[in-house]
This record gives sequence, structure tokens and C-alpha cells, in this order.
Amino acid sequence: MAGEKRIGMKLSKLYSFKCFKPSSREDHSQIGSRGYSRVVFCNDPDNPEALQLNYKGNYVSTTKYTAANFIPKSLFEQFRRVANIYFLVVAFVSFSPLAPYTAPSVLAPLLIVIGATMVKEGVEDLRRRKQDVEANNRRVEVYGKNRTFGETKWKNLRVGDVVKVNKDEYFPADLLLLSSSYEDGICYVETMNLDGETNLKLKHALEITSDEESIKNFRGVIKCEDPNEHLYSFVGTLHFEGKQYPLSPQQILLRDSKLKNTDYVHGVVVFTGHDTKVMQNATDPPSKRSKIEKKMDQIIYILFSILIVISFAGSLFFGIATRRDMSDNGKMRRWYLRPDETTVFFDPQRAVAAAFFHFLTALMLYGYLIPISLYVSIEVVKVLQSIFINQDQEMYHEETDRPARARTSNLNEELGQVDTILSDKTGTLTCNSMEFVKCSIAGTAYGRGMTEVEIALRKQKGLVPQEEVGDDSLSMKEKKANSKKSVKGFNFWDERIVDGQWIHQPHAELIQKFFRVLAICHTAIPDVNSDTGEITYEAESPDEAAFVIASRELGFEFFTRSQTSISLHEIDHTTGEKVDRVYELLHVLEFSSSRKRMSVIVRNPENRLLLLSKGADSVMFERLAKHGRQNEKETKEHIKKYAEAGLRTLVITYREIDEDEYRIWEEEFINAKTLVTEERDDLIDAAADKIEKDLILLGSTAVEDKLQKGVPDCIEKLSQAGVKIWVLTGDKTETAINIGYACSLLREGMKKILITLDSSDIEALEKQGDKDAVAKASFQSIKKQLREGMLQAAATTDDSDNPEMFGLVIDGKSLTFALDTKLEKEFLELAIRCNSVICCRSSPKQKALVTRLVKNGTGRTTLAIGDGANDVGMLQEADIGVGISGAEGMQAVMASDFAIAQFRFLERLLLVHGHWCYRRIALMICYFFYKNLTFGFTLFWYEAYASFSGKPAYNDWYMSCFNVFFTSLPVIALGVFDQDVSARLCLKYPLLYQEGVQNILFSWERILGWMLNGIISSMIIFFLTINAMSAQAFRKDGQVVDYSILGVTMYSSVVWTVNCQMAISINYFTWIQHCFIWGSIGVWYLFLVIYGSLPPTFSTTAYQVFVETSAPSQICWLTLFLVTFSALLPYFTYRAFQIKFRPMYHDIIVEQRRTERAETAPRGVLGELPVQVEFTLHHLRANLSRRDSWN
Amino acid sequence: MSSNTASSSAGAAGSVDSSAARKNSKRPKYSKFTQQELPACKPILTPGWVISTFLIVSVIFIPLGVISLFASQDVVEIVDRYDTECIPAPARTNKIAYIQGGGDKVCTRDLKVPKRMKQPVYVYYQLENFYQNHRRYVKSRSDSQLRSPKYENQISACKPEDDVGGQPIVPCGLIAWSLFNDTYALSRNNVSLAVNKKGIAWKSDKEHKFGNKVFPKNFQKGNLTGGATLDPKIPLSEQEDLIVWMRTAALPTFRKLYGKIESDLEMGDTIHVTLKNNYNTYSFNGKKKLVLSTTSWLGGKNDFLGIAYLTVGGVCFFLALAFTIMYLVKPRRLGDPSYLSWNRNPGGR
Repeated sequence: MAGEKRIGMKLSKLYSFKCFKPSSREDHSQIGSRGYSRVVFCNDPDNPEALQLNYKGNYVSTTKYTAANFIPKSLFEQFRRVANIYFLVVAFVSFSPLAPYTAPSVLAPLLIVIGATMVKEGVEDLRRRKQDVEANNRRVEVYGKNRTFGETKWKNLRVGDVVKVNKDEYFPADLLLLSSSYEDGICYVETMNLDGETNLKLKHALEITSDEESIKNFRGVIKCEDPNEHLYSFVGTLHFEGKQYPLSPQQILLRDSKLKNTDYVHGVVVFTGHDTKVMQNATDPPSKRSKIEKKMDQIIYILFSILIVISFAGSLFFGIATRRDMSDNGKMRRWYLRPDETTVFFDPQRAVAAAFFHFLTALMLYGYLIPISLYVSIEVVKVLQSIFINQDQEMYHEETDRPARARTSNLNEELGQVDTILSDKTGTLTCNSMEFVKCSIAGTAYGRGMTEVEIALRKQKGLVPQEEVGDDSLSMKEKKANSKKSVKGFNFWDERIVDGQWIHQPHAELIQKFFRVLAICHTAIPDVNSDTGEITYEAESPDEAAFVIASRELGFEFFTRSQTSISLHEIDHTTGEKVDRVYELLHVLEFSSSRKRMSVIVRNPENRLLLLSKGADSVMFERLAKHGRQNEKETKEHIKKYAEAGLRTLVITYREIDEDEYRIWEEEFINAKTLVTEERDDLIDAAADKIEKDLILLGSTAVEDKLQKGVPDCIEKLSQAGVKIWVLTGDKTETAINIGYACSLLREGMKKILITLDSSDIEALEKQGDKDAVAKASFQSIKKQLREGMLQAAATTDDSDNPEMFGLVIDGKSLTFALDTKLEKEFLELAIRCNSVICCRSSPKQKALVTRLVKNGTGRTTLAIGDGANDVGMLQEADIGVGISGAEGMQAVMASDFAIAQFRFLERLLLVHGHWCYRRIALMICYFFYKNLTFGFTLFWYEAYASFSGKPAYNDWYMSCFNVFFTSLPVIALGVFDQDVSARLCLKYPLLYQEGVQNILFSWERILGWMLNGIISSMIIFFLTINAMSAQAFRKDGQVVDYSILGVTMYSSVVWTVNCQMAISINYFTWIQHCFIWGSIGVWYLFLVIYGSLPPTFSTTAYQVFVETSAPSQICWLTLFLVTFSALLPYFTYRAFQIKFRPMYHDIIVEQRRTERAETAPRGVLGELPVQVEFTLHHLRANLSRRDSWN
Repeated sequence: MSSNTASSSAGAAGSVDSSAARKNSKRPKYSKFTQQELPACKPILTPGWVISTFLIVSVIFIPLGVISLFASQDVVEIVDRYDTECIPAPARTNKIAYIQGGGDKVCTRDLKVPKRMKQPVYVYYQLENFYQNHRRYVKSRSDSQLRSPKYENQISACKPEDDVGGQPIVPCGLIAWSLFNDTYALSRNNVSLAVNKKGIAWKSDKEHKFGNKVFPKNFQKGNLTGGATLDPKIPLSEQEDLIVWMRTAALPTFRKLYGKIESDLEMGDTIHVTLKNNYNTYSFNGKKKLVLSTTSWLGGKNDFLGIAYLTVGGVCFFLALAFTIMYLVKPRRLGDPSYLSWNRNPGGR
């Protein structure tokens, strides 16, 4: 969705460039013309002119189908699959004399299969419909004719209605803001559902409408643009009392965003229903298919080729045989077929045509090679698998009350094949709840606590014995839990500062200024609890909240914000008394990822103008005034230390502005701000740039973003499983590296390859300002660094006995160059060699690009995990997107395929569910092909004995029930329940996961092996049966075997064989499997009895066949017994050999467990890997490195 | 979709609205089923299992093979191929002309009884290279017409043997039309041996598939005569030859019951067969055989089943042995370099 959005936005830029040079006047001059034709009669929807416009109502439907088009549309969807088209064609042909089967027996399974899928579609659509109904029936207050607000449903809203929306309610449509509970007509809006940003956005009403009384008689006319998908643009004018007022996005409240911190607003409905921006934006997320499914398509094509080949061979023989039925002198050979008087299908004179028609017949006849029910079975299985994922208690997060969610079911098995994980850091590896832990003021570092990263680093270096650390942290936690005082977001303790002690510090004044900046320079909004008087804050980012909380705790309590002022309770450091100070808020220079800083301009109670500013060190230090650099060195030192401790730092500065300068600047700034053009943002930035200079350094803050619970263990396990983990973060290099250490992504003894552009020569070039030269030098530098890294890696990996581990760290600037088409190959090559990769300072776009590079460059399965809107691109680009349903909104979750509450659940999701699902699906598909080949080829062999005439060996209905009734349930049970080893062992031996990554269970050898097994089985079944039951009597009473008896016996053998094959190939037998496997065989006999007792016109050759003829015959049973065992023998022998000579990982593990248990003595070896596993692990690494060198 | 999303990030998040919310907790319910922890048996192919499976199979199969072989050996069977012999030597150059020509094609055969044959002795005719399972042939019948006179006109499937001058043929179709028409008269020591031709068809066929009110009509009246004719006075349900013939064979080599001899045949007896060689198998190089056979509990003579059982049993025994030796001689040594090379290419089933 976001991808689309991005494109959409770009297009809009192009569009605006082309059509109208940016200038508000021209923009608005478009109104009334094409594309800008909407007219809204405010508060007057019954106006005849308004009625004439006939805009659609606010009813919204997101369903795929309607009651009317459900059948044709869903049918169409069904037949987009090749296999289904084939079956449809077959169904049509079955009505012609070409058909080897009767039409109903062909149609029935097709109808069942298609019907089942359609029911599924229908149910899903009904669910969407339910959501729609819920949304459509929400209540909203609308201004009625009786001049009061009355309640109505969302769906009844019309364009032009005036509505009132209360606090924390969603907007029912796109509204024009008229007035709000604030006098100046502002309101705060949360747009999380639109763009995932949780920060509150400010909207202004036009001044002329902001008077609350005016809406009573408000009769304006809005002329504006037509519905479009651009969320951040709006062009329109309000005609009111003879005057025109331009409208901008500032006045527009979008549907599905939420009113916050404002008691109520009034608005006019401008766009309704599907015309709203959010609905215009709704596009389907990219549909992803798993690799296995793609491979399955190839197998289907192989099967089609087999089908065509054997059909062709059959037709050839048939053609020759038919040709020979009539000799040249008109003598009939097989006279009993009456070749002299026949249809074209058997005409010796037209043998070529006959052969051609036979080819069509044969395509139908051997159609059982193509498993009709495969798709349906897989879909059913996947849905059930996702239910298991959703139901897993181990992936339920108590605190947030969130279970895991498989949002799409078609990627389950892909979870078992993940080769590379690309992870976001903030909010994914960390909690994204910031705690203010340290600060550096005037060159002095404050804050005594130890961060988790520091603890982890020490632990790794072995400085502190593990238990001690454990105890320590435990007791710390206890302490925290016990002391009621603990404040969320605040974990700072320093006796020099707290409890007002700071006034005794040497730079008390600077400390005061420092905390004032923290208390004033932000966009948070206080929320005073009227009962307790406690103040909580709503802030754009958790960092900001941490600052405000910290300044509150240290005596600078921010308690009120109005449009024009910020009020603090402060402690006067001379008197020590609490005083209220009100700062007049003049301008907010907002934070943006490009600016990396924010500032406010205030007038303090002493009537001095102050610019308070905070920002990233990379941009702030260069803006310092000469006289403001007093403590620069120390501060930089501290910042570095903090970053190493995994903390996020910001530099705090201020400056005094004199009135004249301010006046000049303000004019420019306001000019820029009031522009309504594309350049506006650039101009504002440029203006802000002008004032944000000559700053005076105060110090820096350090905020800790705590690692989520269990992250290091999870990463450890995943890397043991051979999964590569890349972290893509926006953080500084040092922070990222240290977080990398903390979560054991980087380990002691790992060789670090750092790629960066922070070298002196490039900095020197930068200072000269020659952009081209910088770019060129940077490119060369990166190229050189990549080469060197490559050499390093290559030199050591040859020595495979002691493979050295590498960690690659690259920063954002370098990444820009590394992702250049000329270098990306080298970059990728190097990155693949490394065990962990960390990309720092990467933008959302870079994240997506890296993901694409890995996905396309290696061809392996990538999984992206993230929690924020900035990860959406990455999630959608990766093969699998996993969203963390954390604090940062739902945008990532909405774009994800799986949603989990905590990073650590990824371990279970991949190693257990992924592994199982992969196994299940792989085995299931192989088995499906096996069973259909077994069945299909018996038909083919029989043809060889029926002169390839197209007579199937079995009764029609036996065959059509084969896939649907006699063999389907065990396969589904296999796909849903089978486990090679229990969940516990999956986690204990993460290596097992490599079966999926290397795709061992679905390799071509294995697939072809299964196919071969099917063909061998069919041969055994066919030839043993026909020889055992040849011409002689098959019963004591002298009766001989005929067509129906041979068919029944052979068919029973097939049913027994494929079901028993299932029984010996699965690893997990619960009552369900028993029930399904033996039940399926039972169903076959039941069917035989019931079908055989129907009147002979219906049951034809099956009439009484079991009860009267084959059941009392010993030879039938003996043959069945022989055939079933013999057909299973090759596989069984193979398996026995394989377990002996080349066991698979799970074989070894299961074996190991078995022997362990047999020895019963609970020895303390549980933590160790069995020797064999170690061994395989070793070999596996060798394998991996070989594979890598291949790419 | 849009309801109930996370609250904004600051202090408010993670609010602990404890017990009240717990009631609506989304915690998945625990059950062994949903947590995929159902008690299960997890079979694994340990050496013991492998060897004992093979052993058990061979222990069961070898005796079964022996028993089947014995049963087959008990059966006394006389097979006499007569298609060539029954054509007078001068006519053998053009057998087709002979068979299609007129005249009484009588032929006599003498069969020696090699062993005592207890009654009932079944008389079969065996045809080879005759595709009764050809699609055109199999479809060429009308089941409803056979069952009831009401459906006499349901002859659409029977072309070209569907009607004669607009009158439906009963029974119609190629199968009935090509009814086998060689006849055998058996005698021993110049005393004729009664061949009982009743009770050779399946009961269900006689009772449900062939109506007792359906009489042959216009049969073999077309321009081309196929095989035997039928007595139009006898209902189809009594025409057991036809019923047997109409139950089509599965394979191109097949036997069909001709009748039963309900007296014992002693060893050394000579059975004198006077047969009328009418049926044309010469056009398609088919063979014709006359078979006299007793039955055992397993049916007729066929060693294949017994041999197959013995073979599979033997193979299993051999495999059991081989695996035992392999496990003894070469247990999977840990850290064995050869094991590594085996495992070099992980894969397989």
C-alpha cells in the first residue's frame, strides 16, 4: 500500500509540475474546470442544485464480491489457474463421445473442488462485509433542519452535511474543519490509520468559520478538486458571504483518522464513502506466493508434459492398431470391432484423425496425473496451519494481550525457508520505550545507571560472572518493582542533580537552561488528570516524552500548552521556590528526518527572544557559534561513550536572538509558510536554516531504548539455525554496533568489517563543497573498502576448519553508494560472506532497497521484520513481512504477512511453525504427486493391454472419488499435523531449520524420487495383479476374472498402497492420523458396497462386484496383500538404507532422543548437541560456504 | 479494521487495565490439540525395526507362497490349442477364407487326462489377442435393453449393430453380435460326457442384468453375421452363454466358462472332443484353446501368485540378512570420514 502511495505522491508532483506552475493563485484558478469540479453546498444538502450533483453517499463496501456478481466473478478467479482450466476443458469434452468417462463422474469432483474454494472466498468476503456494516453503522452527530445536532449512521451522511465529531472518535468522511472546541479553531488529529504516524497533527480552521456560532447559519459553497488519492494535498475554495477563501490540506480532516486532545469539532462533509482519500488509497497489498508453490507450478508443468508424452505414445499405438484393423484389400482384421462401419474415432481409413481424437481422449484419461484437489487441499491445510499459529500460546504476549496472527495463510511454509532476516532495530529489537538515563551538561556527565548494553558487553567479555549479573539485574528489577516511585521513561539517578541538588553544581545556570530546553523544545501535549493532578504527556516520539518526563522529574514541570504559550512549574534556583513561568511560543521549527533537529523560538518572561534547539550531533555541532563551543570536546567524548553504551543521544543548544534579526527572519519564514506550492517545504527549511545557527552548546542527552526481552537468545538461536540476520537501523554507527553486541549479533572474536565515509580526506572534500568530487571520492573509497573486505573474508574462509566469523557494518552514506548498480554486486557478495550485517543510518527507502538487493541477488528467502511505518516498504519487498504489533501504530502490521507481539516470538515462528509447515507442505505435495502418479500410471499400463483404445481400468466413479474421498483426508492430516520432532526439539536443535533453508525436503531429487516411487508402485500394482489374476479361475466355483473384478482388485490395491505409503512416510501418529488413514480405506469398501448395491443401470460394472464376486475370493485378498506389501517395499528399503547411510537431521535427532530415553538415566547432556549433529553442523557449514561461492 | 488500534506511543501505552480486561483476553485457549501436543506414536526406523519388519514379512510371505503354490499344483488342467490344428491342412494357407467359407467345420481332438480330475471339471474356451476391452467394443451394448423389454429401443450405443431395417436388435451391440460360437461335444470311451451349461453365469447377472422377459429379436439378421445365433424363444436370462460372453474380459487373453463336467475324470482317460470350429480368430491372429480344469480353493492353475510370494518373501529375508550384516559390520561410526562423503549431497527422501 505504501509503495503505491509513494508512487502516487510522486505522480502528483509530476502532475503539478506539468499542469500548473506552483503558485496558489493558479492552483485555485483551476477550480471549476476539469478535475476540480466538485461543488459542496455546506449545511444545505437538500438544495436542489446539490441534489442534482448526485454525489455518492457515505456507504462503504470493501468486499470483493456482491451478491449479484459473486458467482461469475469468483468462477473467473478460479479459472485463472492453469490446472482448473484444464479440468474445465476436460469437463466440456466429457460430454462428447471422446470421453472415456461419463460426464457426471468428471464434473462431480470439479464441482466439489471449485465449490469448496468458492465457499472459502464467500466466507472471507462475508467477514469483510461484517466489518463494512460495522463501519457503516457507526453513529455520528449531524446538524439537522431543526437546528440541533441529531445522531445518524455514517452511511447516511451526505456531501454538505455539517457534523460534530467528539474526542477520540474517527472522522466519518473527509471533512472541512469549521470550528473546534478551541477558540482559535484548531484541533489535533491522529492519522495512524492513514500513514502509520502516531504523532498528532495540528489542523486549523479558517478564521471566518472558527466562530462556533457561525455554523448555525453557515451557508457556504465549497468548490474543490475531484476525489483523488493524494493524502497531503487539497485544493479548493470556500465561497462565503460573497468572498472567496482558499482552502488547504490544513483544513481537511480525513476519514479514518482520529480526533485527539480536542473535545469536539464541527466540519462539513466534502468527500463521502469511496470518494474519501483513504478509500481512494486502498489498493490490495502485493500478493506473495511461496517458493514452494512456484516450484509446484513447475512440477505441474512436468506432469503436463508427462501427460502429453504418454498420451501421444498411446495415440501412436492406437493409430497404428486402428490402421491395421482394415487391410488394404478391404478385409477386416479385428472384425468384432466392425472397422468397416464406424465413426471417425475408430476409422482405419482415417487413422490419423482417429489417433488425433484419441489423443484428446487420452489427455482426459490420464488426467489423474494432474491432482485436481491439490490446490484445494493445500489451501485448506494452510488455513488450518495458520489457525495453529494463531493459537500458539507460546507466541502470546501477556502485557499487550496480543497473540500471533498469520495475516496471510499462503506463506506458512516460506517461514521454514528463511535464509536472511532483515530487521528493524527500534521497536523491533528494542522496546521503543525510551528511558532518560544519562546526560552531559556543560562538559560534565551525569547519570549513574548502567545500561543493558553495558551489562551485556561486560557479560560477553567475561568481566562479570554470569550468575552475578543475573542476580544483579534481578535485584535491580525487584528494586524497581518495589519502589513505587519508578516512573516510566525515566531511569535517571544522580545525587548531584535530583531533588533540586543541581543548584549546587558549578554550572547551575547551564543546567537550568539545559532542562528548560528539554521542557520547552518539543511538541508534546500535557494531559492533566483532573483527579490526581498528575500530568502525562502525549508526544510525537517516545524520546520526546522521555525528555519532558525527565525535566518534570527534575523540577521543570511542563503543564499547559496553548497555541501561543508553554507554561512550566519551575524551581527558582536562587530562592528554591516553585514558580510558574510562561513562555510565549513564537515558532516551532519542526523535526524532520532530513533536518534531524527541531527548534522552538520563544519569548521568555524576561522578554528575551530565545531559540531552543535539539538535534543529532551530526548536524548540531556544525551550527555552533564560536563562543558556544566551550565544552565541545568533552561533550563529544560523552556522546561517543553514550553511543557505545547503546544510547540515543541528542545535542541540546540554545541561542538568544535580537529583535531585529528576528523580525527580518520572521517575515521570510511566514512568507515561506504561507506559500501553497511544492517548494514550500524547501523554503521553510531554508528559512529555518538561517536562524538555526550560532548556537551555544549546553550538553547532550542519552536515552536508552531497552532491548526487548529474549532478543539476544532469539538471535543466537536463529544464527545457530544458519539464518543470517541483517539489522537495518536509523541509528548511529556506534549505537548500532553496540546494540549488535548486546543482542549477540556481533560476538567477541568476530572480525568486524566497517565501511564508512567518515574519513578525513572525504571530510576535507566536503568542506570544499564540491559535490561531484565528494561523490566520486566516496564511490572510490567504498569500492576500495569493499574490495579489502572481500579479500579479508576470502583469505580466511578457505581455511574451513576454523571458519572465522565476520560482521559487516556499513553506514547510511556509504550504503547509498554501495547500493549503486555498479557496486551492489560486490557489496552483496561481501555481505553474504559475513555472518551478520548492520546497516546504520538507513532510510526507509534504503531498507527496502537492501531487502530487494538481498532477495533478488541471492534468490533466497528473505524475511523482513519491523514495527513502524518506515518499515512498510521493507516488509512488502521481502518474501515474508513480519510486523511487530508494538507501540508504533498498526501500519507495519497492516502491511505484514505475520504479526507477532515481540521479536523473540520470531524464533518459535520460524524454527517451530516454519519448520513444521515447510515439512508438511513439502511432504504433502510430494505425496500428492506420488499418489496421483501411482494411480494414473496403472491406467496407462492397462491401456497397453487394451490396445490403447481409451478404456479405463476402473469404473468411472471409483476414479472420480479417488482424490476426493479415498485419499484426501490423510493428506490433509499430514499437512496439518505432521511433526518430525516436537516443538521443544525444534528449538533445541536449531540446525534442523537448515532442512528448509537448503530446501532439502523439496529438492528436485526428492520430488523426482517420489514421482519415481509412484511409477514403480504403479508398475508393481499393475503387473503383479494382472499376472496373479490372469485367465485362470479365481474362485472355487470356476468363475474367471473379468473386467470389473480386475478393476476392483487393482483399485483396492491402489487405495491400500497409497494410504499405507502415507502411514509409513509420516512421523507422527495421533488418533487423527489413524482415523483418517484407516478410515479412508474403510470408506472405499463402504463406497464399494453401497455403490454396488445400486441398480445395475447406474452402478454398471460395479454392480454387486464386491459382495458377490471379489470378497468371497481368496485370491483377491491374497493378491491385494501381496501387491500392497510389494509396492511399499522399495520405499521402505530406500528409507532403511537412507537412515543408515545418509540420515537426515531429524532422523538423527529422533534417534538420539530415542536412545537417550532408553537409557532413562537423566544425564546432564541435555544442553549439548549430539555428536552426530555437531558433525552434520560442521559439514553443513562447509556446504553453506560452497554454496555461497557458487553464487 | 480501523477500530481498536494501538494507543499513541507515550506514557499512555502499555496501560495496565488489569483484571477487567483479562476477561476479554485474547490468550489462546490451551488444549493439547491447539498446541499440537497430542499424544502420538512416532515410528522410527531403528535397525531393530528394519530387520524385524523384513523378517516378519518374509516369515509371513514364504509360507503363504508355499501354500499358494501347493494349491496351484493341486489343480489339474488340460489346455489344448486347436485353432490351427482344426483347419484341414490344405486350407491352412488361407485360414480366413476357410473360416469364412461355408460347410460344417467339424474337427476332433483327443485329450489325455494326466491326473485324476475330481468333479466338477470346468470346461473353458480361451481366446488370445482378442480385445474384449476395446473401448468401442465395451461400450457397444445397452444395459437397459437387456434388462427389460420396455427399453427395447435404447440402442443408441449399439451402432452399427443397432437395428435391422429400423427394427431394434435384441441384444444389440458388438459384444452380443460377436458371441463365441465354437461348440464342443465331449465323450469318453465313446460314451458322451455331459457338459452342464447351466449355472455358469453370475447370479446377479442372471437376476438383475438380463431380463427374463427379454427375448432375442432380429439377432444376427444384419448384412454381416458375427458369431452365434440365439434361440428367440428363450429369454436372455436363460441364455447363459451370452451372459458369460457379455461380461467382458479385462485383458486380451481370457477364458470363459463353457460348461461343467459333473463326473470325475480318471488318470489316463482319453477325452474325445468333437468341436465345431466356427469362430473367426484367424483374421486377427488370435488363438483358441479348449481348457479342462479343476479348481482348488484358490481357483485355477496359476503358479504366479505362489512364486511372487516366495520371491518377495525371499527378497525380504535377504534384505533382513543384508541389513543385519551391515549393521554388524559397519555400524554408523561417528565421525567416520566416509560418512561425511556420503552425506556430501544432502537430499533424497
